[in-house]
Amino acid sequence: MKAFSYERARSPQQAAAVVAANPEARFIAGGTNLIDLMKLQIEAPRHLVDVQDLDLHRIEAKEDGGLRIGALVSNTALATDERIRRDYGAVARAIMAGASGQLRNKATTAGNLLQRTRCPYFYDTAQRCNKRAPGSGCAAIEGFSRGLGVIGTSEHCIATYPGDMAVALRLFETVVETVDAEGAVRMIPLAEFHRLPGTTPERDTVLEQGEFITAVHLGPPPEGRQFYQKVRDRASYAFALVSVAALLRPDGTGRVAFGGVAPRPWRVEEAEELLPQGARAVTDRAFRDARPTAGNAFKLPLATRTLAYVMAQAKG
Amino acid sequence: MAPASSTTSMKVSFRVNGTPRELELDPRVTLLDALREHLHLTGAKKGCDHGQCGACTTIVNGARINACLSLAVMHAGDEITTIEGIGQPDALHPLQAAFIEHDGYQCGYCTPGQICSALAMLEEIDRAVPSHVQEDLLQKAGITEAEIRERMSGNICRCGAYANIVAAILEIAEGETA
Ligand SMILES: Cc1cc2nc3c(=O)[nH]c(=O)nc-3n(C[C@H](O)[C@H](O)[C@H](O)COP(=O)(O)OP(=O)(O)OC[C@H]3O[C@@H](n4cnc5c(N)ncnc54)[C@H](O)[C@@H]3O)c2cc1C
Ligand code: SF4
Ligand code: FES
Ligand code: FES
Repeated sequence: MKAFSYERARSPQQAAAVVAANPEARFIAGGTNLIDLMKLQIEAPRHLVDVQDLDLHRIEAKEDGGLRIGALVSNTALATDERIRRDYGAVARAIMAGASGQLRNKATTAGNLLQRTRCPYFYDTAQRCNKRAPGSGCAAIEGFSRGLGVIGTSEHCIATYPGDMAVALRLFETVVETVDAEGAVRMIPLAEFHRLPGTTPERDTVLEQGEFITAVHLGPPPEGRQFYQKVRDRASYAFALVSVAALLRPDGTGRVAFGGVAPRPWRVEEAEELLPQGARAVTDRAFRDARPTAGNAFKLPLATRTLAYVMAQAKG
Repeated sequence: MAPASSTTSMKVSFRVNGTPRELELDPRVTLLDALREHLHLTGAKKGCDHGQCGACTTIVNGARINACLSLAVMHAGDEITTIEGIGQPDALHPLQAAFIEHDGYQCGYCTPGQICSALAMLEEIDRAVPSHVQEDLLQKAGITEAEIRERMSGNICRCGAYANIVAAILEIAEGETA
């Protein structure tokens, strides 16, 4: 690890001001992603602002029937909250399908949204990687791409957003609340939060340097049964090859988001309208513009089959 | 802890196995290295140093965490329990005794992490923390083999003693509920 200085934040705005003023500063929450990357010198901040003392550990009911989840609520606490288990079961399921008990105890709601890709070339500093070292090229496109993205990618980067929770959050009207150094609050729909790589894959999200997440808002719980189905190389403690979050109503309509396939949780509203026609119709539309590699083309039929499995469960 | 900033070293105090400890550390030192290298509590092990194996599992303020993915300076004021605080050779914790009885290890490298993880895991079930294998999210999970296997998946055993680890955990869990 590179040497760094360390401080505890006193308020969200103060934290934002420190990080905004210093391009080499980072927030640290649970630390489970940032410290991992710092050990590999993929991230090398010179200053850390530890936000754990901030009063952002609560889940509050909102007047519209939704919830405001503090940025520091742990993954374990969120999945255990009775309102989440009852009304947003797909979110609880997605969280419990990710990482391990130990990691979920430390992982925070905001940190989870901001976890970086698991592309093996991003992790190997001897390799070319536009996300880690802009302009160096992408070793994955001609390399081992089994785990990487099939859609929303670019010729500069084909990495996926690896997380589970955010995929389930896409089923609801989820909005990310941030504050900046001046105290200005911004409400960013989760749909627009993660960026597609284009020519600048080094930027994962639309956040500005120093913009601090204070909360994640969930819309009121919609009607229908909720599912989160994750397919991975082992039964537990592995990232998704493909995952499906779904909200399915008895009349055959619903909402669907896919994980493990794109640089952001992948939800296509026009594809959802085809749900009554079956899984194949939905994935044909959702992945119409897919550009898989030879190594990851299997994800397309896998996505169809995973959705079909979920739809069969909804009927059963 | 008062907000502080330093590039060289910082004071941090926490309690380890009930004893107050004060250390002067480079902020880069992980909780795991603080325990092992500075306090010479070598029970918690370094397997991967990247959150992938669970050998470093330590209980902090009642919750199991990977001590390798946490900085020591982030733990000011915390209550930390390591395997040394759970039992000693002349006064074994019932779960340690059950690991011996069931051959819950071969080399023993993963064992301190397995035991810390299992004890905190049983409390998680008690607090209604759900799991991936639970059918009904609104019911408290039972203590079954499937639940234990899923909830312990963050603890890898290179020797493959899993069946015996599960047997040891089941035995003390049943003892507690009986
Ligand atoms: C072995 C292993 C397996 C895993 N498996 C899975 C899995 O299967 N599925 C899955 O979804 N995840 C998995 N994870 C990832 C894990 O979920 C993330 O590491 C975790 O959610 C990150 O949260 P954190 O609070 O620890 O983030 P940190 O490491 O503290 O922070 C991550 C990033 O977010 C920034 N940040 C944190 N809080 C804020 C804030 N409030 N505002 C602005 N920026 C902020 C930090 O600056 C940093 O850049 C795994 C991790 C490991 C190590
Ligand atoms: S896919 Fe993206 S993250 Fe992976 S090597 Fe290419 S540029 Fe880097
Ligand atoms: S040493 Fe911490 S998880 Fe492996
Ligand atoms: S007993 Fe050897 S690693 Fe588990």
